[in-house]
Amino acid sequence: MAAVTDVVAGLCVLVGAFFILAAAVGMLRMPDVYTRMHAATKSGTLGSGLMLVGVAVDAGSSAVVLRALAALAFLLATAPIAAHLLGRAAYISGVPTWSGTAFDALKGRYDQRHRRLASHVSEAADEARDGTDSQDGETAAR
Amino acid sequence: MTRLINLDSFLGVTVTVALGLLALALILTFVRLLRGPSLSDRVVALDMFSIMAMGLIALRVIATGQALYLEIAIALGLVAFLATVFFARLIEARGGELREGSDVGVPEEPGEGS
Repeated sequence: MAAVTDVVAGLCVLVGAFFILAAAVGMLRMPDVYTRMHAATKSGTLGSGLMLVGVAVDAGSSAVVLRALAALAFLLATAPIAAHLLGRAAYISGVPTWSGTAFDALKGRYDQRHRRLASHVSEAADEARDGTDSQDGETAAR
Repeated sequence: MTRLINLDSFLGVTVTVALGLLALALILTFVRLLRGPSLSDRVVALDMFSIMAMGLIALRVIATGQALYLEIAIALGLVAFLATVFFARLIEARGGELREGSDVGVPEEPGEGS
């Protein structure tokens, strides 16, 4: 049995390390901050989570398994929230998207004065009057 | 198994290979931390650092069998999450200022990353 858990834990560790390396390559190669965040958050979380699963498989006592699973649950709970906040902050602070971006669903819907994102075009038109032209063009194109 | 690098068993070999891959990933992320054209890129790289540090601690727990380090991993995840949240608040609050003033928010040239 020890050999089986060793092999399973080793495979978890190897696959996790591969995913973390893929996330790092994505961090370096992706063209703008949003795609970089996409690579880092999803692939990096999966990689570290697989390593923690490897710890849980390899561990002998239930206390260590519970700690590893608690760390995994914490990682899975906080990483999406952090990525969401970072993406929102980057968009609001005006970090440009990649030049090859096909469609920006939030374009013209951010009220710069009140610092608020509007969900619907009508609300956006009421609150941010200066962006009305781009919204009309966008809905016509859709 | 108390040493970090132990090539006697299959698990020891995989942990050693994973350590090498993680070191490469740390170098690549550090390049992005240095080059990142905006403050957001750098904060994303720091967040990635903390996630990779949790993976490194997991590797150390497997290699040495000292389960105490898992609590360090949990605490590190908490601190890194709070740091990222407050960096995001900072970017959001100072966004326009950074875009117009200093060189932090200068956009990357197209085709530079390819």
